[in-house]
Amino acid sequence: MPRELTIGDLHDLARGAALLGTGGGGDLYVGRLMVESAIADGGRVELLALEEVPDSGLIIPTAMMGAPTVLVEKIPSGDEAVRSLQTLERHLGRKAFATMPIECGGINSTMPLVVGARLGLPVVDADGMGRAFPELQMETFHVYGVSGTPMVITNEYGDSTIVNARDNAMMEWLARGVAVRMGGAAYIAEYSMDGETAKRVSIPGTLTLGIEIGRCLREARERHDDPFGALIEMLKRTPYSNGRILFEGKVTDVLRRTTDGFVRGNATLESSSGSVLGLEFQNEHLVARVDGEVRAIVPDLICVLEAETAESITTEQIRYGQRVKVMGISTPGIMRTPEALAVFGPAGFGLDEEWKPVETLGA
Amino acid sequence: MRIGIDVGGTNTDAVLLDGRSVAASVKTPTTPDVTSGIVEVLRSIIDQSALETDAVQGVMIGTTHFTNAVIEAKPLMPTAAVRLGLPATRSLRPMVDWPARLREAVGNHAYLCHGGHEFDGRAISPLDAAELRAVAAELGERGVRSVAICSVFSPVNAELEQEAGAVFQEELPGVAVSLSHEIGRVGLLERENATIMNACLRDLAERIVDAFGSALAELTITAPVYLSQNDGTLMSVERARRYPVATFASGPTNSMRGAAFLSGVTECAVVDIGGTTSDVGMLVKGFPRESAVVAQVGGVRTNFRMPDVLSIGLGGGSLVRGEDALTVGRESVGYRLTREALVFGGQTLTATDIAVAAGLADVGDAAWVQGLDEGWVRDAHALIERTVAKAVDRMKTSAGDIPVVVVGGGSILLGSRLDGASELIRPEHSAVANAIGAAIAQIGGEVDRVFSMEGVSRDEVLAQAKAEATEQAVAAGGLADSVEIVEIDEVPLAYLPSNAVRVRVKAVGDLDLARVARVETQARG
Repeated sequence: MPRELTIGDLHDLARGAALLGTGGGGDLYVGRLMVESAIADGGRVELLALEEVPDSGLIIPTAMMGAPTVLVEKIPSGDEAVRSLQTLERHLGRKAFATMPIECGGINSTMPLVVGARLGLPVVDADGMGRAFPELQMETFHVYGVSGTPMVITNEYGDSTIVNARDNAMMEWLARGVAVRMGGAAYIAEYSMDGETAKRVSIPGTLTLGIEIGRCLREARERHDDPFGALIEMLKRTPYSNGRILFEGKVTDVLRRTTDGFVRGNATLESSSGSVLGLEFQNEHLVARVDGEVRAIVPDLICVLEAETAESITTEQIRYGQRVKVMGISTPGIMRTPEALAVFGPAGFGLDEEWKPVETLGA
Repeated sequence: MRIGIDVGGTNTDAVLLDGRSVAASVKTPTTPDVTSGIVEVLRSIIDQSALETDAVQGVMIGTTHFTNAVIEAKPLMPTAAVRLGLPATRSLRPMVDWPARLREAVGNHAYLCHGGHEFDGRAISPLDAAELRAVAAELGERGVRSVAICSVFSPVNAELEQEAGAVFQEELPGVAVSLSHEIGRVGLLERENATIMNACLRDLAERIVDAFGSALAELTITAPVYLSQNDGTLMSVERARRYPVATFASGPTNSMRGAAFLSGVTECAVVDIGGTTSDVGMLVKGFPRESAVVAQVGGVRTNFRMPDVLSIGLGGGSLVRGEDALTVGRESVGYRLTREALVFGGQTLTATDIAVAAGLADVGDAAWVQGLDEGWVRDAHALIERTVAKAVDRMKTSAGDIPVVVVGGGSILLGSRLDGASELIRPEHSAVANAIGAAIAQIGGEVDRVFSMEGVSRDEVLAQAKAEATEQAVAAGGLADSVEIVEIDEVPLAYLPSNAVRVRVKAVGDLDLARVARVETQARG
């Protein structure tokens, strides 16, 4: 049964998807308001579970690509992603049955909801990252053989480009260039696939997961309960079953630099007992080491959360003196296969360490 | 000699500073017309110190008037929000996320027009003067006299806001124009919100500034007048007519700066204990540490820089209970303390009573609390201290002990030491810390925009930004030798290959009172 999202769900989703952003993915404020305004205009947001999608139904995922820091200033017209989807429909000569997120962490959890509400299409409750990642080929869709192209990129004028590329890395390269020409934030439709394929290559239930994480944190705060404990319990019932607190302490140093359009850097945290956590990030957190030993590494989730409220802190917001808890959260099996790790495991980010599941690392 | 005034919702306080010493201080109730309260407080100061009014070099005023006007959604001017950015930004109208009451209070006049820039300075679309003139005509018919103009990426390029402002001034002579690039930072909705709030306070700003002026004229004080801003620096009173929103949240900033001045400590925690709550903040280089979380004013999201203050439910009037477990601070008798507390002959056991019973304070009549069990009083007082110590610990940035400065009427609750405090400092005149903070406020200059790192080194970019900020501080009246850079913040724009970085640099310096007085005299002459 399709499930209709409420405004309350959106507030929970904003909180939960921020956590799934693992430090990146962009501020959800604008995204949430866009969905709310689509609903206020009479749209409905209907979530459809992956298994409810007919095998032959065409799914066209939609998203924003580029800098979330641009999006908070140059707010979309609201039609961009809708037009990308429609342009791709015309190009393919087929109508979409549904749209879907490519990324459930950060602002891209909300973009397909806007498209769904505007076009009356259901939104498939699944995605291809299971978190946030910085590049378009960092997708389980890509890992398991789906072509990202033909893809469409559209700006606020309705100018659009259809990208055809020999592989998904080339798609990322070309599309990134177009996105910059479009002002640093553009709106895309890509990885079109049928329902049967989607069931094989997607991470199921990740929008609902975002909503449930957000609800869990909100309710724990309302009860004046420990939000971390509540979250760890809640995660046990999901494919992200192993959540743990890796570290508690204060931020003592942050170094950021920008290269090739990414914010790279590291942060150092110290606990009251004097142990040290080092974080490396490239938009999202990549690896957490406690006293030199790896405690969590991509694609497992590394989340920096405000120590009291468990509010997510992005790599752009992290600053000297903050009191935080750092959580490691295990990822579903589909994100941990050798093929997946080759794309978005440590090697995909140029890290020397081998991937080890967060649940086996330290205590 | 300088005079600091704090016009609060309840009290108007004033201090006279002679160099670094407090020559006089007075507390009086705030009056509805503002003027008579200020006249009264100034008269007391003059009487107390036998002051010659021409010896006053500057008057610095801190006020919560403008913040309160927005929070209460009371006397707000009908205001138009004009955004330049079409065809972008159409998905979210101005004031989209405002509480309905406040949106109605400013008339809900929202317009989307062409204009705006990309992050790298390219135009989104050219300004359409005919479109703006049509908006102006409509505003004329509706009687809207204040316009907030916000263009996409105006912190990168402000031209379009200025051009649009000129169109409105031409079409609607006398209209008040507020431009967003002069008010906020990157983040369209937040900057736009701040600009609209500024615009809807413009007539109130005129009235309040006039009230200040007539109060000073009545007492023949001719020194320049400044208002304190949220970042702890000053703006001229003429500037305050145009940017009232910059006074938001100056209250906690002034009280913390005042605490630093009175104690002589610039790196410390400040605990301001009132009747119902206590505010804990951190001073870094004598300035309050800023909050990283989104600042809401009256339910509206802004990107003002607010001091990072932790408020806890503990004050002189806090109820102390011991039935099941010992608790303190869930409720307070508030301003009724002097009627309801035991030491004042009342029936309610408060934190103040515990302080008196523990021999730490001499207020009311200690005889009323003699019957309390000594061990229990000790436990209750320990709980009060632990509550404060825990709050200070949450705000600290390192594990080591730090100095803690205590101000406010409730400072009697603490003993002579506190866990985690290297020393506990209780300065004299702490009840008027706020007015002192206003009096000593410095003058600032700031640069906040996006720089391209293409072909230039990071050092060159930072040097340019620092020089611009320093120049601005001096232009605003800062003593050139005293200006120093207090903050540098770089935020790279992620996911873009052009290496664009937003750089924010803040410079502050002491006010050159002799120079500003000279300029002022020339201007008048």
